[in-house]
Amino acid sequence: MTTHVAHPDLPPPSTSIGAIAWLRANLFSSWLNSLLTLGSVYLLYLTIPPLISWALINADWVGTSREACESGGACWVFVGVRMNQFMYGLYPETEYWRINLAAVLLVVLMTPLFIKRFPWKRWLVPFVLFGYPVIAFVLFSGGVLGLEYVETSRWGGLTLTLILSSVGMAASLPLGIVLALGRRSHMPIVKSLSVVFIEFWRGVPLITVLFMSSVMLPLFLPEGTHFDKLLRAMIGIALFQSAYMAEVVRSGLQAIPKGQYEAAQALGLSYWQSMGLIILPQALKLVIPGIVNTFIALFKDTTLVLIIGLFDMLAMIQAALADPNWLGYAVEGLTFAALVYWVFCFSMSRYSLALERKLHTGHAR
Amino acid sequence: MSDANTSRPDSAMAEPQMIELRHVHKWYGQFHVLKDINLTVSKGERIVICGPSGSGKSTMIRCINRLEEHQDGQIIVDGTELTDDIKHIDQIRREVGMVFQHFNLFPHLTVLENCCLAPIWVRRMPRKEAERAAMQYLEKVKIPEQAKKYPGQLSGGQQQRVAIARSLCMNPSIMLFDEPTSALDPEMIKEVLDTMVELAESGMTMLCVTHEMGFAKTVANRVIFMDGGEIIEQNEPEAFFHNPQSDRTKLFLSQILAH
Repeated sequence: MTTHVAHPDLPPPSTSIGAIAWLRANLFSSWLNSLLTLGSVYLLYLTIPPLISWALINADWVGTSREACESGGACWVFVGVRMNQFMYGLYPETEYWRINLAAVLLVVLMTPLFIKRFPWKRWLVPFVLFGYPVIAFVLFSGGVLGLEYVETSRWGGLTLTLILSSVGMAASLPLGIVLALGRRSHMPIVKSLSVVFIEFWRGVPLITVLFMSSVMLPLFLPEGTHFDKLLRAMIGIALFQSAYMAEVVRSGLQAIPKGQYEAAQALGLSYWQSMGLIILPQALKLVIPGIVNTFIALFKDTTLVLIIGLFDMLAMIQAALADPNWLGYAVEGLTFAALVYWVFCFSMSRYSLALERKLHTGHAR
Repeated sequence: MSDANTSRPDSAMAEPQMIELRHVHKWYGQFHVLKDINLTVSKGERIVICGPSGSGKSTMIRCINRLEEHQDGQIIVDGTELTDDIKHIDQIRREVGMVFQHFNLFPHLTVLENCCLAPIWVRRMPRKEAERAAMQYLEKVKIPEQAKKYPGQLSGGQQQRVAIARSLCMNPSIMLFDEPTSALDPEMIKEVLDTMVELAESGMTMLCVTHEMGFAKTVANRVIFMDGGEIIEQNEPEAFFHNPQSDRTKLFLSQILAH
């Protein structure tokens, strides 16, 4: 009889670790891969250095008129001069502080939400969702507390983009959840109403919705009824996106095993309790990527309000491009727009990944 | 003795009746799953239900807490009849605990939260009190140290014991077990059965669908054999295993006891 002696742990061979091994495995594993690697490096060499020299090295940063732009690179002076309009639209210059105050307030309110175990979180969330919009509206619109009245048609720029998209997101998620539950309901009337709503709004282009809301709707309303254009656009965007959201949420609901519903029922939980405590927390967590996808699409779709005469950031940039004093700087303006949109969308995407990691409870389905 | 359709008069007289099924029928579409089921369960009785798959045994116990709806006949649980009345259904579900084959723990909640959820939301118990009670039951099923973990971090046997504790936290007077050990690895079956034996010894009224015949022999007062949606035979375990009356029961027993 032989006794078994355990083998000692040996280090891996030196060819399988380190930078050289990584390069060999990932970039030069075959002659075709080596060729593709070299080709890609050459392409990057052709595009990146000129881009950097145009955007950063040869660019003009300071000045007040186009005379400052003579070095041949990007003319960021144009963006700098117009920055206030890109951010605030046609809002009166003396009242910019109101928008700044609202922004600062939002940051102050949101920061604790990212702190683990902040004691008043349960009061803060409803306040951010319901209290803050009222405060922000009063600040933006004025007309009370000695604030000058600013009509909504003068709201614009990035401010308007953010207002439209945050209202759209805050309204479309709960509405989408209700519609998704409705579509899966056993009650025939609730179910068919949800299906009709979702299929109608998904079937129309957003441009049509916005047009209808600003041009057609007033024709049907009684003479003299005033119904704010911005409000109509907000409602249109919220209803439109809620239909998409409903289908995203429904896909999550369908992924939850039947046993979860049964266990909740067997414990005596009511329909709303089992949805709110058991099913939705799991379903929404599953569809975070889909929800953020819809949010990002919504954020970018807000630029369409341009066609009904609301001036969001992109519309302000386009208006600036038409300024005779600054003709020929379209690339700078649009690059700036792309950069701003990208920063917002990329942060949303990063945040969603962090949220997924945080909510992961290590269960295998 | 072999007549399935009369409730047994002897022991049932002394104890109050907890569950009564009278001429219960159920169909899935055209398929007749339960055919004229009559069953009376007294307080503290421990019943094991066995039978081939598709015989309607799970469906029958799932009718008792209305996870399935019966279409004809009467089901009376602790004096309340199961009807469409949502109040009756809620009342019965509060009295009846259920343990599932696949545990059905809530994966997004910790073990302790799984146990406290229903007492807090359904029984309106203060959180502190619910947590204290939950810890007692987790100690009873011998896993208090896992309270802060998530179900996905536990073994199958541990998960099933948590599921039992979760049901017990609602302080039910009846426990239903739907094949509680069928999804477990062999070495984990014992820990779950031990928990169930302990529960049986505490006097809980239990209905258990299982193929664990050892459990039936040691714990059950009565073994019920179902096939084709009908109760074919019911008897005390001793007589059921050693002196089966119907041919179908004999065939079934020879198949599951053969190895």
